[in-house]
Amino acid sequence: MPLVKGGRIVEDSYQRVLDDAPVPDRIPVIVPAARLLADADDLARRGGVTGVLWPNDRRIAELAPHLHKLALVALVFPKFKDGRAYSQARQLREQYGWRGELRATGEILRDQFMFLERAGFDSFEVKKEADAEAFVEATRRFSVFYQPTGDGRATALRARLARASSATPIAREREQVR
Amino acid sequence: MYLYDDFDKTLVDERVNEFRDQVKRRLSGELTEEEFKSLRLMNGVYLQLHAYMLRIAIPYGTLSSEQMRMLAHVARRYDRNYGHFTTRQNIQFNWIKLDELPDAMADLASVKMHAMQTSGNCIRNITTDQWAGVAPDEIEDARVWGEILRQWSTLHPEFSFLPRKFKIAITAASHDRAAVKVHDIGLRLHKNGAGEAGFEVMVGGGLGRTAFIGKTIRPFLPKRDLLSYVEAILRVYNQFGRRDNIYKARIKILVHEIGAEAFGREVEAEWEKIKDGALALDPKAIAEIASRFRYPDYERLADEPAELKAGLAADARFDTWFKNSVWRHKVPGYAIVTLSLKPEGGPPGDATAEQMDAIADLADRYSANEIRVGHEQNLVLPHVRQRDLPELWRALDSIGVATPNVNLVSDIISCPGLDYCALANTRSIPVAQELTRRFRDLDLARGLGRLHINISGCINACGHHHVGHIGILGVEKNGEEYFQLTIGGRADEKAEVGALLGPAVPYDDVVDTVEDIVAAYLELRERPDELFIDTVKRIGVEPFQERVYATR
Repeated sequence: MPLVKGGRIVEDSYQRVLDDAPVPDRIPVIVPAARLLADADDLARRGGVTGVLWPNDRRIAELAPHLHKLALVALVFPKFKDGRAYSQARQLREQYGWRGELRATGEILRDQFMFLERAGFDSFEVKKEADAEAFVEATRRFSVFYQPTGDGRATALRARLARASSATPIAREREQVR
Repeated sequence: MYLYDDFDKTLVDERVNEFRDQVKRRLSGELTEEEFKSLRLMNGVYLQLHAYMLRIAIPYGTLSSEQMRMLAHVARRYDRNYGHFTTRQNIQFNWIKLDELPDAMADLASVKMHAMQTSGNCIRNITTDQWAGVAPDEIEDARVWGEILRQWSTLHPEFSFLPRKFKIAITAASHDRAAVKVHDIGLRLHKNGAGEAGFEVMVGGGLGRTAFIGKTIRPFLPKRDLLSYVEAILRVYNQFGRRDNIYKARIKILVHEIGAEAFGREVEAEWEKIKDGALALDPKAIAEIASRFRYPDYERLADEPAELKAGLAADARFDTWFKNSVWRHKVPGYAIVTLSLKPEGGPPGDATAEQMDAIADLADRYSANEIRVGHEQNLVLPHVRQRDLPELWRALDSIGVATPNVNLVSDIISCPGLDYCALANTRSIPVAQELTRRFRDLDLARGLGRLHINISGCINACGHHHVGHIGILGVEKNGEEYFQLTIGGRADEKAEVGALLGPAVPYDDVVDTVEDIVAAYLELRERPDELFIDTVKRIGVEPFQERVYATR
């Protein structure tokens, strides 16, 4: 499963560790939620950085106290159609101020890339090679955004207001009757 | 009319390009049908019994004549010369080929129309009062809020993969013509004690297999907070709505299971965190959207001009139509005209390409280029000079959209049923058609007064049978088409779910049974002006049951 980061396919530096497996010392690892909650301090004392795989049916408030010990949070889309982790992502970024890596895992297709980016994800475990290769193209498909999210893109409404304050007759002319 | 600017236009075009790519990937096999399904649904494309069906949004029910002509073009070029107006201010085309869909959408985009979010598990087309902006009983034009919500909900990055579909409706009038209490979120714009306008927020209404009336979780929400509050509701629903069972996935089930109070608390807690963020609407932002709604340059006219009076005196048929299909307008000398898409023997809500073109021309001449679509599946010309009414009526009559049956027994709301729909258990259009024949006597229909019959061909309730004064629900019994009847439902400000009348009746008996219900009402009503719905309210279901089932 190719990993996309910064718009490119990259090697995954993290190793997944199952619930009861020993954690290697100096390697970046991703552990399940239960493991993090049980061993948070031990994990933080290791030589390598830690990430957590947080399920989509647990509140982010539960994860919040441990965020400072983590370098990565991976959220899960068990099915393309299951959109719970979009809300978790926005809460992490916009309410808990998470600045570390936020990874989308599960059934990730190109048709979600823009939504995922807008919700705050910055790395993506993509299901199909062809989708991973089309990442940049897929995320540049839209140039107009209606909703403010934590990604900082200007919304159409704000852009209109900015334009109106420097309005010219020509700008008004460009409006088209719907 | 709302003016799309280049931002809106660009987004619609970009969406067409994205969909073109999705269709290409499906046709090449790169996408499986399962993967394609949720993508096509989000763009209004269903796979029905015989073909792909395309559902196009008519945001808050407002159409320009130019857009109506494009719908006629789509009907002619890509379909079988007609379209079907739905109960949610959309239009459906039933016979479109998959490989032609992107072209049809590009044609629609040229007049700023689209099919975004007309299906799928996302926020659907925002609906409102078809008289918004011209209704005498409104406090302001609800479409401004429809547009604010339309923009916010379009391609929402967080809420495009909800547990289930999500419908929002708004009213700003004292009489609710938008059925807001049977929507996932119903918004009622009203004034508080201080004279300030804000929203009553209702959640968890809906029809489908379990019908609920929406519950108020906030009696008064200031305008500035509308988007943040709705976002909080959606965030709670997105995380906690059930995903284990498609039939229990609507927000109404969540609200019902945890209780409206607990649900409201979750929403308020989430809202506290975001209410002062980027979604807060300052007056400038609201004014920007409102400024792009344009109204005709109304002339200074008086009510009841001589031309109208002369017309009424000269022609009894015109007089009948006038009394039935014409309503008072906000502006003196003007009228709101309803075009009945329920001719005798016709499928409710259908219009041919020729009718659409003719209506567009009439809108140009008589209604400031504007047409409205209402949830009762009729059309409206919202800005007609009263003095033009006799002339307009003749034109409408000649194209078959002046049947004076608006709000009467033959003004039936119906889903497409088994004639088109892959989900249906029974036919519904032929039932509606037969009912319009049975009640063809318009004098009798007028004597009955307001009486809404709603028909759904399956439990999904697209024909809103729960809230019909008489509701007809198609069910399947041992491979046969049967129909359950309910009475006493209503969708307005006093919304209620109808009560079951008795055992289901077979297809061949359903029209007779409705006739018996109507006969029972004539016998049971206290006075000629006691409406059907009021009689049911006063005496309950049993007297109807006794009479209707006495001989069955």
